[in-house]
Amino acid sequence: MQLLARRDATLALIIAALVAAIVWRAPVFASAGNLDTVLNDGAILTIMALAQMHALVTRGVDLSVGAVMALSGMLAALLSRAHPELPALLAMGVAAGSGLLLGAANGALIAGLAMPPIVVTLGTMSVYRGLVFVISGGAWVNAHELGAGFLRFPHERLLGLTWLTWIGVLVVAVCYLSLHHRRAGRELYALGGNPAAARYLGIDVARRELGVYSITGALAGLCGYLWVARYAVAYTETALGFEMQTIAACVIGGVSIRGGRGGVVGCLLGATFLVVLFNALPVIDVSPFWQMAISGATILVAVALNARGERRRSPSGRAGRTSIARGAPTAAAGAKAT
Amino acid sequence: MSPAALSSPAALSLTGIEKRFGGVQALAGVALEIRAGQVLALLGENGAGKSTAVKIMTGVHRPDAGQVRIAGEVAELASPEVARQRGVAAVYQDALSFDDLSVAENLFMGHLITRRSGWAPRRGGWLDWKAMRSRAAAVLQSLEAEIDLDTPLGALSVAQKHRVSIARALTHDARVLILDEPTAALSSREVDDLFRIVRRLAAGGTALLFISHKLDEVFSIADRYTVFRDGRHVVDGLIAEADEASLVRAMVGRAITQVFPKATVEIGAPLLEVRELGNDVEFDGVSFTLNRGEVLGFYGLVGAGRTELMEALFGLTRPTRGEAAIDGRAIGRSPGESIEHGLVLVPEDRQRNGAFAALSIRENVALPSLRRLGRGPFLDEQAEERLARQVVERLAIKHASLSQSLSELSGGNQQKVVIGKWLATDPRVVILDEPTQGIDVGAKAAVHTFIGELVARGVGVILVSSELQEVMGVADRIAVMREGRLVRLIDRPDFDAKVIAASALGAGHESTALGAARGEAALGAGAPHPTEKEDAASRAS
Amino acid sequence: MIAAEDEAKGRVQAESMVPPAKSEQPARAEASRARAGLFGRWEVVLVLLLVAVCAGNTWASPYFLDAQNLLDSTQSFSEKALMALGMALIIIGRDIDLSVAAIVALCGTAIGWLATQGVGTAGLVVASVASGTVLGMFNGALVARLGLPAIVVTIGTMSLFRGISFVALGDGAYTAFPEGFDALGQGYLFGVIPHELLVLVVFAAAFYVLLHHTRIGRRLYAYGQNPDAARYSGIAVEAHRFWFFTLNGSMSGLAAALLTSRIGAARPNMASGWDLEVIAIVVLGGVGIGGGSGRMSGVILAVFVMGLLTFGLGLSNVPGIILNIIVGALLVASVALPAVLKKVASHRDGARS
Repeated sequence: MQLLARRDATLALIIAALVAAIVWRAPVFASAGNLDTVLNDGAILTIMALAQMHALVTRGVDLSVGAVMALSGMLAALLSRAHPELPALLAMGVAAGSGLLLGAANGALIAGLAMPPIVVTLGTMSVYRGLVFVISGGAWVNAHELGAGFLRFPHERLLGLTWLTWIGVLVVAVCYLSLHHRRAGRELYALGGNPAAARYLGIDVARRELGVYSITGALAGLCGYLWVARYAVAYTETALGFEMQTIAACVIGGVSIRGGRGGVVGCLLGATFLVVLFNALPVIDVSPFWQMAISGATILVAVALNARGERRRSPSGRAGRTSIARGAPTAAAGAKAT
Repeated sequence: MSPAALSSPAALSLTGIEKRFGGVQALAGVALEIRAGQVLALLGENGAGKSTAVKIMTGVHRPDAGQVRIAGEVAELASPEVARQRGVAAVYQDALSFDDLSVAENLFMGHLITRRSGWAPRRGGWLDWKAMRSRAAAVLQSLEAEIDLDTPLGALSVAQKHRVSIARALTHDARVLILDEPTAALSSREVDDLFRIVRRLAAGGTALLFISHKLDEVFSIADRYTVFRDGRHVVDGLIAEADEASLVRAMVGRAITQVFPKATVEIGAPLLEVRELGNDVEFDGVSFTLNRGEVLGFYGLVGAGRTELMEALFGLTRPTRGEAAIDGRAIGRSPGESIEHGLVLVPEDRQRNGAFAALSIRENVALPSLRRLGRGPFLDEQAEERLARQVVERLAIKHASLSQSLSELSGGNQQKVVIGKWLATDPRVVILDEPTQGIDVGAKAAVHTFIGELVARGVGVILVSSELQEVMGVADRIAVMREGRLVRLIDRPDFDAKVIAASALGAGHESTALGAARGEAALGAGAPHPTEKEDAASRAS
Repeated sequence: MIAAEDEAKGRVQAESMVPPAKSEQPARAEASRARAGLFGRWEVVLVLLLVAVCAGNTWASPYFLDAQNLLDSTQSFSEKALMALGMALIIIGRDIDLSVAAIVALCGTAIGWLATQGVGTAGLVVASVASGTVLGMFNGALVARLGLPAIVVTIGTMSLFRGISFVALGDGAYTAFPEGFDALGQGYLFGVIPHELLVLVVFAAAFYVLLHHTRIGRRLYAYGQNPDAARYSGIAVEAHRFWFFTLNGSMSGLAAALLTSRIGAARPNMASGWDLEVIAIVVLGGVGIGGGSGRMSGVILAVFVMGLLTFGLGLSNVPGIILNIIVGALLVASVALPAVLKKVASHRDGARS
């Protein structure tokens, strides 16, 4: 726990330094309009990073989240086009619900048939993305076709912040509570850290895994609506490649790809870092074509730094079992008394 | 042993238990009784059925026939959780650890305590950290473990992790505690601590089952014993009335007169020379010579750096200083090179590190020798076949075909393949890291005979072992390591158990009465065992 | 020598007392089946699948069963096939490489630029392979030398490599190539056999020999199954992993040259989605994602199954995105099917613990 806190603090400092540097270079970054964009982008990426974290912590991964976003978003958009008077919350519910089902399909294959998550979600990524084309006939759903309420909701404000931002805050809070203070949440970490032991101790692995991918799908569905409503358009390529950004945010935030380790705060910070970075690019006159390359480079740097932290101190890879006598015997970590 | 305990029903008893797995009858009608306040030792060779019995007691398997009774009542242990709820817990060391989770979470994983609040759903519920922490603190205190509850498990030392694993079992309010080979990775100081805790638990009314191959420990901690052989229980009785020889006979079915057959072999010229080898972290300044035909024993506590030294010699890790050479040729840059120079390492964890279950016998045997089996860039498959056939014949490995997958062979034959593949490389120095850890008396004797055959051919053998008795019986010289340094080299004529043990433990360490008794017991059968009076005295302490 | 008594005692090695070790090894019994010999059960399934695909295609379109058309069809999947050869070795080694398509894009961009600098056909091919090799080495260095997890590294390099292409080219494309360059991807031997097919045949044979008849192949299977045991057996696991990532990069570079030649242009989004298809081909070919199993014959059969399927659907004017659905579904199905069969079998044997 202590290690994670230290890492989070360092990351927060880095973000602060980054923001300071950007604002110094281009003060417009600190303008209200830009901050709004940062918060909104950040909200979506944070929600999706938290979703991805659930999968990563259990030693899995969900590569289909971008496709689920697109499919759920398109479903909500089509619904709104057919019935523009429908309230936004209903559209949101439909999107989240459909996302839940899509995610549960992943979960059923992964938990029920013991299939590797990377293969399953790689496959469903294609299938779901293709289904967007099928249900939309390849056509776009444009702003003027969408219901006014549908489009307005994420931008409406409460206490100065948009609903989009509030939803992000809500998701962060719920995730934090459930991962730290509910049994199901803690068991996810056990599952990812030592699957065989978790099974032996009676943790219902299949149920947890099904739950994880359902949550991932539901959050992706929710973000599908938010994305479509925010950008006022739904098409086949919605959120194409977004899953990579969610993984990047998690890795930067200290979530381990090997499972069992990672925190809500870290994901939040990781997402913030990426969003700040990407929003800075146009402001400091860097072409948006750099976004992908920077994304990739950041992942590489982050995972290399993570690995340095995870590495054991002894050359043979043993967890500090031996050490050469240097006077007094080494005091073991965590012991209160000598 | 209080009179009350004798008259009330056993805390846990098995009667007429049978269990069959596919074509193998693992248990053919066994019985045992674990009584509250007592320690029962369960003895038997590998394959005798001990592990199956334990799995039945802990709810992992259901018996085909027979009953499990808890406090006199027949119990259906449908799953490990049910067993735990009924108060039966087994202590597993490493296998159940979650290194990234805190100590508190490790203690309660699987039965995390929740509190219901009015509006929370029926299942699940919010975690009650306060309750867990106070219970955890209480349990750890009863085990004399001063451990911070929030530390990640991975940051603890081996001894502390061991306390946590016992604590985990205790958080279930276990009335029956099963300890399986609990001293495998412990130093003798830690074993003393463990036995003190065991005695305290027994005094508090817990029923304990102690499974171990180390008879000297059995004699010092157990009250009664049961022996399994070939899936049946053979004999049981009081430890005070037993002696080692009769127990061994019961376990094996015949007398083993000499556990450590030591043939006299002519020791030849120096073979392996190591000078000032160190890696700055785990061992340093190690120098020794190994001669042809010699068995050099490496003794020391767990954590002394022996395995790390051997891995550096083998080339798995790079030493930062010093050098090692076989007949003048430097070794140690990579395992592949070491094998080419005639040095092989048979690792501690044989199952994980020795065998490729899905590869064929032929491929397994040939793997370390691949360098020699080439024709240009291609593999000389005929040479591979020849090599495999040679090894299989020499070791009398029962198989259907060389293309058979290794997993289809019996355990003993798999073991032979693992050893055979190293033999096939025609080694000149063989390092065996804890080769007899956790294996039974019969197999142990076989390993020692095998070592004898190796040295008879002029091979130099380094035997890393934590069993003083074994090392003193087999080795020509003993190198004692402590905290990363080679502190003593003793020749066979000068072997003295107390001296060796003291070197391993370090100056200033007072051997406890138990330690000294074990040292004496280590001198072999016939030495006086702690009498009942001494035992009672130490129990009271 | 191990005495005869040990033999009697060690019938079935008693399962250890402790629950399964932390390093969970997936059930490998089937893996051995999926490895020995030239042809196994899975290859039979693939042959049947191939027949079904051909039958379906013939029914759907009269143009399918034409010899020249079939030969031509190989052009559309030869590049992916070459990449699948390299990917198969990676996955058998218990690694994964999601950056292969991005390597193609970057190599294509690189030679597109070189072409504008006047480099000739031969030089372009060499440059493409060389670039791929270097990019593969980058992957290899991060994964094998630094020990970083392959999935995250290649997700990172996937973005990085393609990102660099975007930075270089933006929305544009390189379309000016030297005289004769298009013969690579569009040319024929004797007017009948596509050059790409020839290249594929040569490399398929080479990879087959590499995997099944060299010591390197043996070592690959060994460390794919159990890296620790492989190290103890003297195999330089990290060195092998490094070189296989490098080789994978080279194959992608070769594919890039052929693809650029065939479509006559280099764009930053070329080969988009190919990482999924290549992995799908390899997994369909019977290579277990957990490493240590799979045969080259299976991969080659899968190449044709997947290739002819997409070709045939293309003939029937099925849009590309629908093809993606089918590829994705095939990938899932090819792993789900054995899993379902295993479940059915274990239920039949009785669920007694």
